[in-house]
Amino acid sequence: MNTPTPSAPLLQVLDLKKHFPAGRDFFGRPRQWVRAVEGVSFDVHRGRTLGIVGESGCGKSTTARLLMHLIEPDEGRIRIRGQAFGHGVGRHPLTALRKHMQMVFQDSYASLNPRLTIEDSIAFGPQIHGVAANAARALARDLLDRVGLKPDVFIRRYPHELSGGQRQRVNIARALAIRPEIVILDEAVSALDKSVQAQVLNLLAELKREFDLTYLFISHDLNVVQYVSDEVMVMYLGQVVESGPVAELYSRPLHPYTRALLESVPAQTPGERRQHAVLEGDPPNPIAPPAGCRFHPRCPHAEPVCAQQVPALRRVTGQQVAACHRLQPDSGYSRVITFEELPA
Amino acid sequence: MTNASSTTAAAAAAQATVVAPLRSRGYWATVWLRLRRDKVSMGCAGLLLGLMLMALLAPWLAPHDPAQGVMSQRLAPIGTPGHWLGTDELGRDMLSRLMHGGRMSLVMGLLPVFIAFVVGTGLGVVAGFFGGWLNSVIMRTTDVFFAFPAVLLAIAISGALGAGFANAIISLTLVFIPPIARVAESITTSVRNLDFVDAARATGAGAFTLIRVHVLGNVLGPVFIYATSLVSVCMILAAGLSFLGLGVKPPVPEWGLMLNTLRQSIYLQPWVSVLPGLMIFITSLCFNLLSDGLRSAMDIKR
Repeated sequence: MNTPTPSAPLLQVLDLKKHFPAGRDFFGRPRQWVRAVEGVSFDVHRGRTLGIVGESGCGKSTTARLLMHLIEPDEGRIRIRGQAFGHGVGRHPLTALRKHMQMVFQDSYASLNPRLTIEDSIAFGPQIHGVAANAARALARDLLDRVGLKPDVFIRRYPHELSGGQRQRVNIARALAIRPEIVILDEAVSALDKSVQAQVLNLLAELKREFDLTYLFISHDLNVVQYVSDEVMVMYLGQVVESGPVAELYSRPLHPYTRALLESVPAQTPGERRQHAVLEGDPPNPIAPPAGCRFHPRCPHAEPVCAQQVPALRRVTGQQVAACHRLQPDSGYSRVITFEELPA
Repeated sequence: MTNASSTTAAAAAAQATVVAPLRSRGYWATVWLRLRRDKVSMGCAGLLLGLMLMALLAPWLAPHDPAQGVMSQRLAPIGTPGHWLGTDELGRDMLSRLMHGGRMSLVMGLLPVFIAFVVGTGLGVVAGFFGGWLNSVIMRTTDVFFAFPAVLLAIAISGALGAGFANAIISLTLVFIPPIARVAESITTSVRNLDFVDAARATGAGAFTLIRVHVLGNVLGPVFIYATSLVSVCMILAAGLSFLGLGVKPPVPEWGLMLNTLRQSIYLQPWVSVLPGLMIFITSLCFNLLSDGLRSAMDIKR
């Protein structure tokens, strides 16, 4: 029915929204809402890696949990190969969704049950999907070997007997155990040492080739995202402000926020190091986000129109899209500039 | 040839140096090992085991019939030949009565806590895992029970249901369900929010499987410790109910009831009168110390 065409995206996310209640009145009605994720849409093609970056609290992790339906989205559609998933769609929509998509969490220790052996943790998922216990255990051994841990040594161990890097390898094996097509890596290497981080990143690249995976790589580490991603999506206060192919986005960022974010990466050469923060202040409160463009209070180019109208996410050049009045000729911004005028 | 054999030998050597399939000790095996090194806990466990055996084997071990009194030998002092622990106000052998009394007292100390452990954990885990209105209904209901002191509640329920062994068990169970449910609920709530539960949920596991595999294993231990610490409280409450005439009925030996009937003889034969209280004291102290030892044995630092 839904024959996948080569150009059709594997994962389509449309207008994902989640508002959390903050504080309740006497009758239990929410007094305010935290607008954690406000209309996030994106496509990911098969075999690609989409990097999602942004400051803490910008809604990266919430987006991941919404995709897995660990948190129920208020609005939005998720399609895999054109097929809609989520509550209210089909008979077992969530179980099916979860067979397609798996997630690796940041905290390698908290994401393994301390009372289960490594074997039991990895074999749990397949058994849920109807694999016999023996076959699931054999699969656990295979996967453990595949992620670079000797099955004979590790299979009977408990999580607290492993190092952080080893545990994260186990978590990757656990995520792969039910043969997903898409793996969400939510800050999966952020808590690891740099050297271990490099090993795990290489492992992820190998596994991607071997199992034909598609990654959603969520991180606040811009260098790592540049290294692993094909496309990058920048989020600010629950919204996408810019996205595009990694090389273009890193060499010529469109949105002032992306620009500030990339400039905040410490320079490798001492002479180029800055003494002042590029971006002043903290992100505004997501309970009462600024009107118009959410970035305007911190933006060096802000004009009155930025405080009044919400900029739409529009294509600027090639596959690069950005939500900024300054780049959109009909926006009412007085000093609109073209892509060519932007400094590299 | 020699080359091939030397490589196989090297491979064999490499095999030998690699640690043989390492079966790491499970959590409970580690706890047991730690508990075994704790002398106080093991002493208490031994003493309790002895008390339970004594109670269990009372019909064969007891030198006299616990219900058969000899009026001429009332209130014999400790050390009387034939009645080494003396006799009570009706001339019944104290040693035999203490042995038989242990049966009722231990059952009344353990059974309500055990039932409350099963029911309370079930309620607490369900409330903690599902949250929302289910949590509100269950936890607010248990809060009602917290409005009354435990002793008063036990007496009130027992009094309402009428005296008797079964009713005493029911009232004590009802007294212990709320605190156990509350402990289970708070631990479940904290476990529920850990990433491994989300990770398991993300594989598509249903609520029942999540609770069975991932929640219970992490909740039962701490709740069990808490429940063992309640056994001594329960024994004392049970003794209190019997003392007030709300527990077991007179001819049946039970430590609390014996304490009550011997109360009138405390000026005549103080040491004999004190014996049932001493048994209650020793047993509940042992349960408390064992529960403490279990707590520290299970607190494995990572």
